[in-house]
Amino acid sequence: MSIDTAPTVSATALDATSGAATRRDILHRLLMTLGPILAALVIAGCILLAVGVDPLAYYGYVLEKGLFSPLGIQQTLTRMAPLLFLAAGLIVAFRAGMWNLGGDGQFLLGAVTAAASAPVLVQIMPAWLALFCSFLIAMVVAMTWSLVPALLRAYQGVNEIITTLMMTFLGTSLANVLVKLVFRDPGTTVPQTRTLPVEDRLPRLFETTITSGLLLGLAAIIIVHLVMTRTAFGLKLRIVGANPRAAVHSGLGVPGLTIAVFAISAGLAGLAGAVDIIGVQGNVRADWNPAYGLAVIPAVFLARMNGFAAIGFVFLLSVLSIGGESAARRLGVPNHFTLVLVSIVLIVLALAEYVDHRYSQSRKA
Amino acid sequence: MSSFSSSSAAGRDIVALEGVTKRFPGIVANDSIDLAIRPGEVHVLLGENGAGKSTLIGMLSGLQQPDEGRIVVDGKPTPITSPRHALALGIGTVFQHMMLVPTLTVAENLLLGGPWWQRPRTEELAARVAEITSTLGITIKLHAKVSELSLGEQQQVEILRAMVRNSRLLILDESTSMLTPKGIDELGALMRRLVEQGLAIVFITHKLKEAAAFGDRISVLKLGRKVGEIPPERFRALGEQEIISEIVELMFGQQKDDPEAVERPVRTVHAEAAPLLRVADLAVAPTDNAPGLSSISFDIRPGEILGIAGIDGNGQKQLAEALAGQRATTSGSVRLDGAAIETLSVGERRQRGLRYLTDDRLGEGTVGTFPVSINFFLKQVGAAPFWRNGVEQRAEIDKRSAQLVREYDVRTPSLKTPVARLSGGNIQKVLLARELAEGAKVVIFNKPTYGLDLANTLASRQRIRDTAARGLAVLLISTDLEELLSMCDRIAVIANGALVGIVDNADDARTKVGRLMIGLAA
Repeated sequence: MSIDTAPTVSATALDATSGAATRRDILHRLLMTLGPILAALVIAGCILLAVGVDPLAYYGYVLEKGLFSPLGIQQTLTRMAPLLFLAAGLIVAFRAGMWNLGGDGQFLLGAVTAAASAPVLVQIMPAWLALFCSFLIAMVVAMTWSLVPALLRAYQGVNEIITTLMMTFLGTSLANVLVKLVFRDPGTTVPQTRTLPVEDRLPRLFETTITSGLLLGLAAIIIVHLVMTRTAFGLKLRIVGANPRAAVHSGLGVPGLTIAVFAISAGLAGLAGAVDIIGVQGNVRADWNPAYGLAVIPAVFLARMNGFAAIGFVFLLSVLSIGGESAARRLGVPNHFTLVLVSIVLIVLALAEYVDHRYSQSRKA
Repeated sequence: MSSFSSSSAAGRDIVALEGVTKRFPGIVANDSIDLAIRPGEVHVLLGENGAGKSTLIGMLSGLQQPDEGRIVVDGKPTPITSPRHALALGIGTVFQHMMLVPTLTVAENLLLGGPWWQRPRTEELAARVAEITSTLGITIKLHAKVSELSLGEQQQVEILRAMVRNSRLLILDESTSMLTPKGIDELGALMRRLVEQGLAIVFITHKLKEAAAFGDRISVLKLGRKVGEIPPERFRALGEQEIISEIVELMFGQQKDDPEAVERPVRTVHAEAAPLLRVADLAVAPTDNAPGLSSISFDIRPGEILGIAGIDGNGQKQLAEALAGQRATTSGSVRLDGAAIETLSVGERRQRGLRYLTDDRLGEGTVGTFPVSINFFLKQVGAAPFWRNGVEQRAEIDKRSAQLVREYDVRTPSLKTPVARLSGGNIQKVLLARELAEGAKVVIFNKPTYGLDLANTLASRQRIRDTAARGLAVLLISTDLEELLSMCDRIAVIANGALVGIVDNADDARTKVGRLMIGLAA
């Protein structure tokens, strides 16, 4: 009601005042993000202390391996490539209010089909075309895999959280079976697909071991961010996500958009699998499942589904996972401590958000 | 019940509301309501959906807190902070929807909520229940599963639960809505016996007959305000028909010195002009929670305002949604300017000039978290010049939004403000600006002034009149008879999903429409 009495200002004045407000907003946002992360590091440090590990040493190893050593930072940047694709896919889905938690199944099926097709295709066509086709096949397979939850959600209103999670169990098993029974390399004893020769993989950047898949991942997430924020299509998806009833009222074809969202999200997850195989791994071993999809979800939430912020958090996640693996080995901490750290960050962040909300509410009242 | 004697309680309020106001984003649900609840009385709260009854109950049962005014319990101002607190004060509520656990027995349900460290005291309960039921003349099967009971029996269990907890005030929220006629009569008899024991009952309903049959005192709510009260003395002096007609007068009648009353300007509608909107035999299948529509036929000529009157929940929203294309129809035709549109999508119908201004402003009309500027174009996403090749043209959007903000006098701190932060009146202006923009031919207004303050109500009505004056066809759906009488050329009455009559808005229209609304022939 108080707004009724606020004077109506002309459009130009409006923009000037909101500019300053935005800057304060960004500062506040930054504080609300970095503060909880620091707090989480302290809490995780206490846990480390409790199990008898020097937290400073742990964090030191994490930083040294994940960030400061030349080899480590290259590994970190290489690891980012698939994570960025996955994050891009999640941003599309989450902004449209659809919780595609089946990223791992889609990722693995994309990886397996890319691993199966690339070594064959490079023999019959130029390498760049072969890789492009492999990417395309991985994407289409992952998209197809998402069709079941997409159709169920679009036309029957079945909760996609359940269906995508279930499909991910099926997907990981199917990928496993495909490697063992269909695409198995007859030349090796371990069950794995044929290996793509190193010279046919995605080129490395400059004189380093960083894969050029990193650039593809960055391009993907930036394009997704711009599409979601600057285009009519992105706005339609955001309307569906923010208020599905308003979408129906506005005449948007919600079922069609739902299927599109799932296709894009799963397609990007499939590309993530392909970029990891074609860029780095070269083949897929049976039972291989890095579970990147689940690890990326918190990063996307921390970034509040903003593409640029997601790049930062994916980088942080890569540092933690590369550095954490090494630090864990050296200090005898379980490898999964990285995940513990990430989840503490997420919980503290949620708490901070709640407190902040209560504070601003009470200030208003 | 033994906790107070009828002599000391007689005539004194158990609970009184004093000037209670409750606001929700966009609407005023309760507007300075005074209410006295006395022992030994069935106090009927009568009003249509959205009149503010549920909000009032929410505050009495501790679910919500009033924004202004106070609640007085036993003469002391007492904020009721939680449902538990309400129970402790002796206020028991039987909600519209059953709140029993169907897989447990009656006894188990009655024992829920006891201290967790004690074993349930089954024998004590059985004795207590026997004591209560014998005085009330009902029988309760303590060991039957709730799912095996009829709805009427379940209701008795809920009432019993409130009694077991020593309630002095029993609130029955739309309790008859799911009962059979026999169940309703039994409930009425039970209420009578309860008040004879000195209990106070608040009985919420929107059925006039029940109010007249079961009540001692009736308060009528209308759009969040209490518009009248019939005290017990007067109640006893009147017969049932007289009470009903007095209630109808309160609910739909002209109020003295009503600031909203405006002389309806005489407009010339060209009777010979071809109708802009022609609806014939429209039907919609009923769903679980909404009535269907059957054989709806009417037409609207250019410049004409056709009103749809009726008690809320009789298919008004379904009619609007079916016309807008949001709800599937089973048969019938809709012609806009001569062309059939009943198979077109929502977007295509809008393209042809059909506009639907929804009553659910935040639920479906806007995306609350999006800025005001984007909400102006929610139904035009992707259209030039605001999007080119699918890319947003922010400058164009801001320019046009600023123009609309000025033209429709939307009071907003900035174009970037999330629309949900605006008041209801200003959100409505955003919707008006969106729907009345160029290209409109037929506009459906669904409860356009619902929940607005007086200034915004008058402004919205003027917009609607101007719309018709521009030669558009207007369908005005409203539950406010005054509004329809002051604006429409003709008024159709909807009841149970069918149009029961169309009345020319002449001198006797008020009585004719009022009679049609309560099910009597005009």
